[in-house]
Amino acid sequence: MEFQIIWFVLWGVLWAVYFMLDGFVLGTGMLHYLLGKSDGDRRVLINTIGPVWDGNEVWLITAGGATFAAFPTTYALMFSYLYTALLLLLFALIIRGVSYEFRGKVDNAGWRKVWDGAILLGNFLPALLFGVAFGNIFAGLPMDAGGYHGSLLQLLNPYGLLTGLLFVALFAVHGSLYAAVKTRGELSKRSAAMAKKLWPALLVVAVAFLGYTQFATRLYDNYLSQPALLAVPLLAVASLLGIRVFAGRGKLLPAFAASCLTILLVVGTGVIGLFPNLIPSSLDPAYSLTIFNSSSSPYTLKIMTVVAFIFVPIVIAYKIWVYRIFRAPVSEAEVLGDRQAY
Amino acid sequence: MDVLTLSRLQFALTSAFHFIFVPLTLGLSILTAYMETRYVRSGDETYLKMVKFWGKLFLINFALGVVTGITLEFQFGMNWAEYSKYVGDIFGAPLAIEATVAFFLESVFIGLWIFGWNRVSKRVHLLAIWIVAIATNLSALWILLANGWMQHPVGYVLRNGRAEMVDFMAMVTNPYGLLKFGHQLVSGYTVGAFFVMGVSAWHLLRNNRPDFFRRSFRIAAVFGLVSTLLVAVIGDFHAVEVAKTQPAKFAAMESIWETRKGVGLNLLLIPDPIRECNSFEQLCIPNAVSLLAFHTPDAEIKGLKEFPPELRPPVQPVFWSFRLMVGLGTFFIIAALLAVIISRRDDLERNRLFLRILVWSIPLPYIANQLGWIVAEVGRQPWIVYGVLKTSDAVSKSITTGQVLGSLIGFVLLYAVLGAVDIYLLAKFARKGPDDDLSAIIKPTFQHIKAQDLGQEA
Ligand code: HDD
Ligand code: HEM
Ligand code: HEM
Repeated sequence: MEFQIIWFVLWGVLWAVYFMLDGFVLGTGMLHYLLGKSDGDRRVLINTIGPVWDGNEVWLITAGGATFAAFPTTYALMFSYLYTALLLLLFALIIRGVSYEFRGKVDNAGWRKVWDGAILLGNFLPALLFGVAFGNIFAGLPMDAGGYHGSLLQLLNPYGLLTGLLFVALFAVHGSLYAAVKTRGELSKRSAAMAKKLWPALLVVAVAFLGYTQFATRLYDNYLSQPALLAVPLLAVASLLGIRVFAGRGKLLPAFAASCLTILLVVGTGVIGLFPNLIPSSLDPAYSLTIFNSSSSPYTLKIMTVVAFIFVPIVIAYKIWVYRIFRAPVSEAEVLGDRQAY
Repeated sequence: MDVLTLSRLQFALTSAFHFIFVPLTLGLSILTAYMETRYVRSGDETYLKMVKFWGKLFLINFALGVVTGITLEFQFGMNWAEYSKYVGDIFGAPLAIEATVAFFLESVFIGLWIFGWNRVSKRVHLLAIWIVAIATNLSALWILLANGWMQHPVGYVLRNGRAEMVDFMAMVTNPYGLLKFGHQLVSGYTVGAFFVMGVSAWHLLRNNRPDFFRRSFRIAAVFGLVSTLLVAVIGDFHAVEVAKTQPAKFAAMESIWETRKGVGLNLLLIPDPIRECNSFEQLCIPNAVSLLAFHTPDAEIKGLKEFPPELRPPVQPVFWSFRLMVGLGTFFIIAALLAVIISRRDDLERNRLFLRILVWSIPLPYIANQLGWIVAEVGRQPWIVYGVLKTSDAVSKSITTGQVLGSLIGFVLLYAVLGAVDIYLLAKFARKGPDDDLSAIIKPTFQHIKAQDLGQEA
């Protein structure tokens, strides 16, 4: 019983951290052309995320692996029900991964253009698809004793698309702030300006999302029964406002920290609302996948808890260490001088 | 074709594709780490150039290993949902542990290694590549324990309509998984060794940077000899384990139809699955199969007829793959031995025929690796988890033929393009040879760049 709750919390944390970290990679990638006006700019942008993107993506693999190990039934049904959507996501992530590696390997403008396009697509599509997927999970999937009754097109319902838009907007602001912190000169200024320009759009989408959620999902039920939990969405809104306040004063690092916090809290808001469901059924709550009816045995959960409590802190420690090594902003001169750079 | 056939095709294709890149990662990470160790110890810049040259090839290869791995993890849920539900309680654990313990290490420290030349000390930089190499091996350990469990399930009970884990340590110490791990590691090292020897031979034939490539060659030759010997030794122990736990697979590997004692090994043999016998048998080494299987000359070997036809694996692919793999293994040992002997002498470049053979041998260890997996996976059929769950009961229920056909076509197209680009880049940089400009490492060059060089591409 307690292990299932521990794993629900860990499950939420893994997704939240994944979106916080890969969010800025997806964000800078989406804005690849808007921020990077010249080839040099775009190389700088790629080099800001170069040392960390793979490590960030592993949070996704771990979130997937943790779902498999702790909630195998949810893993099995979620991945097979959302087959085509996940396939698109997979293709996009594959293309993104190779494009960083391939882009700089042939000295030809046409070649770089192809991979620049791949970077744009490979980052925009996952942001949108993750949002659509989570929107549909929040709202519940049409499943009952007969299995799944949905299709790819049904996933693209207004609430799913709105959540997709929310993710895209969140990551775009997040990515611009990251680029602003991690670059110098014109590029940094342009990125900070972009974050400010995008912020009102994010606000509008976020308000619409919070409102629509009331009609499309049952996420607020948990908050009504436990009002103290409302602190999470309220803090999410506060840190969303914080982004604008700090960015407006030119305090880029605090603004970026606020957008990190916003993403963590937005994901937290959704996950708390889901509890104890992992995937609600939109047809009949009896067929919802919950942490109780889809979990592994207590023995497996215990083993996995031990593993997680030993290794996740170690991972976090060396990640922080490596992030600190690469904390300095990247400049064009440095990228041009380093043959190892992308 | 139905969902099952298409899903099997897709899984075979995507795992085989992932596995084009994995063995070289296993081998080349160790070799690169060794070269960097020599550099840090001696300060000799040739070693640094080696690290840069072989390291670049390592990274081009690594990129595809990374992106194609996620496909496999997704597919367990997408195509094999019934499998994931039924055995997820035990099978999910090693996968999650692999990600937490190995993938994080690998991905974080590879970032540090690629971009950290000017940011950390030589020693920390060296540590980074060793961590990458060790983490790669760790990831192989966990994935092979997972696969070893499918081959020889241990530490579980059937309860609540599924297989539940009751003994974690049994899975971690499963001899089948550990032998697979050992055999796989050294197979990967073999790929790395023959890759380095082959590329070096290509340059030596053109008298290109002889000192650099002679030294690379020597390192790889010794590494290759040790690895190929271990491949055969561990492979032999592996075969014993197979004979013990999966007699039907073993019978298919050797194409044995009748149960007998003291079975001999026919060096030339053609199986005839329709008439359930061998249509051609010649050059028999008495008692050799019994010795191989149980390390005793008169041990009894179960023949395929012992099993009902629907529980036999397809004989032809298993038999021929095994034969060819073992044949290649023998060739590798001879080639690696010659390579060590010849590279000790000064006239390495004059053995042009041998060097040419080594260039052409670059693909062979890759092929041997793929064949080994065909033996392991096709030989396990019709089971997905040996004796517990049939492959046909493991496939997702909610997916349609159209979906899987679409995804299969998508994978074929995408992977064909990526594979072609990757091989093109590998060949391009392998031919180009080492880069002599080490300025970016020795001193941070960006202060020395002339102003007009900046933004020239704008
Ligand atoms: C360089 C590649 C290579 C070479 C030369 C060999 N192998 Fe191998 N073999 C592999 C690469 C490999 C592999 C790709 O690594 C496999 C696939 C599954 C596994 O665990 O290892 C494998 C599988 C495999 C299996 C089946 C495992 C199973 O069913 O689960 C056996 C019995 C052997 N090998 C035995 C041998 C023997 C006796 C060899 C004699 C020289 C040999 N292999 C050479
Ligand atoms: C990386 C090297 C591998 C290769 C080249 C490979 C190849 C194959 C092939 C050819 C099949 C098809 C067998 C058949 O249908 O007759 C298969 C099946 C399968 N393998 Fe592997 N395999 C590899 C590793 C693994 C590992 C490590 C796992 C598990 C952790 C795994 C899980 C499976 C599963 C679930 C199937 C069943 C689906 C099917 O029958 O097609 N494989 N594999
Ligand atoms: C003997 C078989 C295998 C070995 C030795 C192996 C090894 C590797 C290596 C070295 C990488 C690059 C790691 C990195 O990204 O840092 C990788 C990537 C990956 N592999 Fe495999 N692999 C094998 C088979 C499989 C199978 C069957 C699966 C499916 C569960 C799998 C799942 C993954 C995943 C999810 C990644 C992506 C990691 C990332 O993005 O960082 N591997 N594998």
